[in-house]
Amino acid sequence: MPKVLGLRCRECGAEYELQATHVCEMCFGPLDAVYDQAALKKVVSRARIEAGPKSMWRYRDLLPVEDSVNVVTLGEGFTPLVKADRLGAELGLRNLYLKNDSMNPTNSFKDRVVSVAISWARAHGFETIACASTGNLANAVAAYAARAGLECFVFIPVDLEPAKVASISVFDPNVVAVRGNYDEVNRLCSQLLESTPWAFCNINIRPFYAEGSKTLTFETAEQLGWKLPDEIIIPIASGCQFVRHRQAVRELLEYGLVRGDKVPAFTGAQALGCAPVYNAFHSDTPDRVLPVKPNTIARSIAIGNPSDGVYVNRIARETGGVVEAVTEEEIVDGIRLLARTEGIFTETAGGVTIGVLAKLARAGRWNGDETVVAYVTGHGLKTADVLASANGHSSRRVEIDPTMKSFREKVSI
Amino acid sequence: MPQFRIPGPLRRLSDGEITVAVQAHDLASAIDALDARYPGFRDRLLDEKGELRQFVNVYLNDEDVRLGSGLSEKVGEKDEISIVPAVAGGR
Repeated sequence: MPKVLGLRCRECGAEYELQATHVCEMCFGPLDAVYDQAALKKVVSRARIEAGPKSMWRYRDLLPVEDSVNVVTLGEGFTPLVKADRLGAELGLRNLYLKNDSMNPTNSFKDRVVSVAISWARAHGFETIACASTGNLANAVAAYAARAGLECFVFIPVDLEPAKVASISVFDPNVVAVRGNYDEVNRLCSQLLESTPWAFCNINIRPFYAEGSKTLTFETAEQLGWKLPDEIIIPIASGCQFVRHRQAVRELLEYGLVRGDKVPAFTGAQALGCAPVYNAFHSDTPDRVLPVKPNTIARSIAIGNPSDGVYVNRIARETGGVVEAVTEEEIVDGIRLLARTEGIFTETAGGVTIGVLAKLARAGRWNGDETVVAYVTGHGLKTADVLASANGHSSRRVEIDPTMKSFREKVSI
Repeated sequence: MPQFRIPGPLRRLSDGEITVAVQAHDLASAIDALDARYPGFRDRLLDEKGELRQFVNVYLNDEDVRLGSGLSEKVGEKDEISIVPAVAGGR
């Protein structure tokens, strides 16, 4: 018996057969994968998970891939959960943890979703994988398509930074550089869907792709000793992963993997330069997320028209979380703060998450004993250019002649 | 006449037509005209308050109308109005 029964509209509840489609024909609402929960309840256990591989595929029972032979993996997931004592001391948090997802094969959280998406696509006979992306997603898609031996098309904005283009191109995908911004590239792809037999990771096979996100929260709970934290800080782009993390907590409780019924507070982080969800959260109408034109260095999360924005606001409110946003300067400060205190170099999206964590902590959100987990979703080398433009040199740098005299003159030890 | 581009999921309403030309001066009257010709479009595009549904994006010549004047956006002779389901994320 397959564990995934079909798709269901999150808005109107209309049900669909299992297929590569992401919107409800009735109301345009998003579709989610529906599992045979009764069957899974008999199977899923801590012991079964702990006996699995040291990757996110230890949670395969809770992912939409039926047969392990179809799994396309580079060893993604099961990334370190680091207790952040030095950062915690600066922020007055005694139980602060960082889920370091920059440790994934292509150095971002995207490897989780792409591994599931490409595994699903291969199992369902797709020969070409595609995506719209500004970097991290294209990077993961190109790598996993290469691993699976599938044809690959990535659509990127024409002005994407050379370093990102290089880390995508090395996997030899077809690269389509579109003269437009990300929202325009995404829109083009959603129109292309109808005339190509391709699996667009973040569009028509999104219901399956999105499921990979859950593993980040499954792992966090397992690594905390099968406990849920009090609060989770998550960066918001489309809001897709935020929604799946809420679902992951539901499943952890449903399947008895964690005890109790306490749900963590879900807090979202955005850059003020692209903050449509934050704007709505703090308005009188949090259920109407109005699009914006993105203008921020946190390009990997700069979605001006976030499809899951309304759900983010509902979840944040229901769980006692908030949606907060930070300035460009606070993003760079967040990157530096994390590097200086914990030895972890994150990209601008991670700077947003740490920036929001620091802002909330300094505003007195926590009393200090709560278990708070921040999701650090990508590696700093992806966006190292923002440090160069903001004086990338260490403030403690000196330049000397190759002599003992020069050293003694310039360096106090 | 301004012309609608109909996305796959809604073409059952338009008898399979991909483009539909309508007589209209703004986006609201264009949707009324589309609904008059192919009943059902209005309910799919607008909520009970008569505003664009959350999961529907409408573009006037490639510009998201929510970034402009929304339903009161003027439409002219050669304008193309694209209906696109909200796509979700990933970057």
